[in-house]
Amino acid sequence: MSTEVAEKPAPPKPKQDSFLALFLKNLWSANTVTVTVLSIFLALVIGAVLIVISDSDVLSKFSYFTARPSDALNASWDLISSAYADLFKGAILDPASIQAWADGTGTWQAALNPISETLTYATPLVFTGLSVAIAFRGGLFNIGGQGQAVIGCVLGAVAGFAFSLPAGIHLIVALLFGLIGGALWGFLPGLLKARAGAHEVITTIMLNYVATLFLGWLILQKGVQDPNRSDAISKAVKSTAVLPALPSPLRVHLGIVLAVLVTAGVAWLINRSSFGFELRAVGVNPPAAKTAGMSVARTYTLLMVVAGGLAGLGGAVQVLGTADKLTAQVAGNIGFDGLLVALLGRNKPWGTLLAAILYGALRAGGNLMQVDVGISLELVTVLQALIVIFIAAPALVKAIFQLRAARAARLGASLAKGW
Amino acid sequence: MVGGGQLSSVASGQEIPLRLELRGITKRFGDLVANDHIDITVEPGEVHALLGENGAGKSTLMNQLYGLLQPDEGEILVDGEAKVFRSPRDAIAAGIGMVHQHFMLVPVFTVAENIALGAEDVRGGPLGILDRRRNRRDVLETSQKYGLPVDPDALVENLPVGAQQRVEIVKALTRDVDLLILDEPTAVLTPQETDELLAVMRSLAETGKSIVFITHKLREVKAIADRITVIRRGRTVATASPDTSEDELAALMVGRDVSLEVSKGPAEPGRDVLKISGLIVDDDRGVRAVDGVDLTVRAGEVLGVAGVQGNGQTELVEAIIGLRGIRAGSMELDNESLAGMGTKKILHSGVGYIPEDRSHDGVVKEFSVAENLVLDMYDRPPFGNAFRLNAKAVADNAGERVGQFDIRTTSAEHAVSTLSGGNQQKVVVAREMSRPLRLMIASQPTRGVDVGSIEFIHNQIIHERDSGTAVLVVSSELDEVVGLADRIAVMYRGRILATVSPDMPREEIGLLMAGITSAPQEDAE
Repeated sequence: MSTEVAEKPAPPKPKQDSFLALFLKNLWSANTVTVTVLSIFLALVIGAVLIVISDSDVLSKFSYFTARPSDALNASWDLISSAYADLFKGAILDPASIQAWADGTGTWQAALNPISETLTYATPLVFTGLSVAIAFRGGLFNIGGQGQAVIGCVLGAVAGFAFSLPAGIHLIVALLFGLIGGALWGFLPGLLKARAGAHEVITTIMLNYVATLFLGWLILQKGVQDPNRSDAISKAVKSTAVLPALPSPLRVHLGIVLAVLVTAGVAWLINRSSFGFELRAVGVNPPAAKTAGMSVARTYTLLMVVAGGLAGLGGAVQVLGTADKLTAQVAGNIGFDGLLVALLGRNKPWGTLLAAILYGALRAGGNLMQVDVGISLELVTVLQALIVIFIAAPALVKAIFQLRAARAARLGASLAKGW
Repeated sequence: MVGGGQLSSVASGQEIPLRLELRGITKRFGDLVANDHIDITVEPGEVHALLGENGAGKSTLMNQLYGLLQPDEGEILVDGEAKVFRSPRDAIAAGIGMVHQHFMLVPVFTVAENIALGAEDVRGGPLGILDRRRNRRDVLETSQKYGLPVDPDALVENLPVGAQQRVEIVKALTRDVDLLILDEPTAVLTPQETDELLAVMRSLAETGKSIVFITHKLREVKAIADRITVIRRGRTVATASPDTSEDELAALMVGRDVSLEVSKGPAEPGRDVLKISGLIVDDDRGVRAVDGVDLTVRAGEVLGVAGVQGNGQTELVEAIIGLRGIRAGSMELDNESLAGMGTKKILHSGVGYIPEDRSHDGVVKEFSVAENLVLDMYDRPPFGNAFRLNAKAVADNAGERVGQFDIRTTSAEHAVSTLSGGNQQKVVVAREMSRPLRLMIASQPTRGVDVGSIEFIHNQIIHERDSGTAVLVVSSELDEVVGLADRIAVMYRGRILATVSPDMPREEIGLLMAGITSAPQEDAE
């Protein structure tokens, strides 16, 4: 809330600045939006350097840089621009495929494919990001999103292939199973924190191992493992429990709609509900919350149940929407990426949604970049990490760009606490 | 700074009186002008009081003098020579020392170690060994020379607050300073310790040391100061002599006439609302803090609990409000036991609570004024229920309370942290007093609050009493207890030593606060 002050026009003063002037003035101050955009920009700049360094052809042209600098510069520019163009084409839209669609030589699916990929990657991250964000607002650092998501995957998938229910109802039951599984996986550290004072960072990390290893064991068990396969892979989720998707090859499914609805729900919960009031108070000042009669222990426990449930739902959405069967890697890295997404979204629900979409876009664009220009997908991971580093060090961004200090913009506060 | 150069010069003993002049000191923080062209001259051997409310700019000014901040404009002249202090080290080198309001001592070190810290005597070069013996001797010498008894071998954590303060003063004096800044030194002291400190200040001034005494307590200023500079909103508003009356000084501080006396009619006590008997409570470390307390607070009266901080008042109040478990005894609110009831239920059953540590327990600084005004009633109609908040009711309530309790803020949607201490406290008072109460507990209700707000809060407390609420006021400021209370219970080491009338001479109450019970006891009944 306080971080948004910078965007608002100031209250009327004797000497009235125009809205535009105020907007421009605030644009170059250190508000969260400006810092986020500049962080992304800085990450792309460093990424460009890495692209050049990692390409031996281009690098070799630098050996005679003093003789013919244009060779090296042109080659670098070509490489960087094609790489970042691919990032854009793979994540948002490819003008060529739009053109082809308009000419009738291409399909609409091909034109929409980049967006579809972006949203597909983003969907589970919205849930795990929200899980981390809401816990953080209540003063808890939920590192357990990964384990909670894995349990969500497991219960969602098991409910998906073990039960036989009508379409629709089966899907809802499977999603609920994932939600409850994650909630249980969050309840344990919440209870341990409230009753025994065990730090949630430690307990949730440990439960991540338990969940991951449980998954690895489970998929080899009879009744779970695909009987036609000898490797570690489970039966496929029944079609009645699969999240409806757009026609193939588009992969985007109903999960993204659910993600938006859940984001709205979490925003309501944090800002408009009694529980949200409690968790925000406990999050910033537990003694004052206690003095005002709130139960800090109950709030912590309930909050971890909610956070776990969100991550579990994310796992279920992943397995019912994209993966359709359990493998050891079914949850990928969605839990840990959720931490970064929440950080990038400043622990606000809608910010987290946007951050998840950005992460999804980088991932989707990175795929094309790898195929087309041959730049490793790891570069995307580096970019994601750099963005987070710059956001975590707003003073650095401010110094580099000489931003004016924004009033009431409390950057860095989201990282300074929690441990 | 390594080595004993600073310390050894004490032994040589020659006092060089120091004349300090601040000219046109201006310090800005963004748009806020914290110090606006302040001029002060401190003559050698003078006790110069710097009087002003919280936030008037006293500490900012002294931090510039001590090298913690640099002025934007103006000069600091020591003996007529302009100086620039980049750090406290420069200030100490120029002969200026400071005793901070919050002591800068390492609790697990001995007195001598603390005094040496930062200017250790070392034998054998920069990486040599500490010369503990010489260090100890220097401490004793300084201590004797200025009549400030300290035990060099005692651990600081075992010393009472008054003794810790002496350690701070000795520490400054071993640095051979000629001007000593004391920042709110009496805030933590008993009346007796305060008197001792004032005597020490006087004798230091007689040896030629200058003293700048920062305070907002008028009585002490009048008792000790040679000259008084009053600062209001960053400006010097007057230089007064100690003959100026307290009312005049208060008016200068606040900028308008204020009444220092609490005006109230006689109490009309009714039924016993709160009955406590044989109460035993432990503190966080498991040490007995409340050791068999019996108290009764009646409807329509103010019972004041006087005592130096740390004598069990905090634990007593926390036990009543359900924040702390009790070991034995009973607490009854209108014959209903409060033990084990839970804070929320106690608050909802008509108990109001102003906690002693506002920023820690009283408000959530990141929350808006409106949210803080419903901090303990957010889940009750009309503000909300178990599931949702009623944003409109919360906002409407805020609009009403902000006017009614004169909370100075441009919007109830602003974070409470943007308000001054006094206005934050008014938020707490407004929250707790705007529902029907049977019992009101006010712990240090005016700590860190400006004079204007003190008057307002005191009137609200008396107003609550007159509407028939039983009021329990806990304060370490004797003036406050005497002004508000109809009966005074003096607490010492977890016990109520006596319950006396506020008409009892201050000195006798002060002796009771120090645990001396030989004074004749009387009961207000």
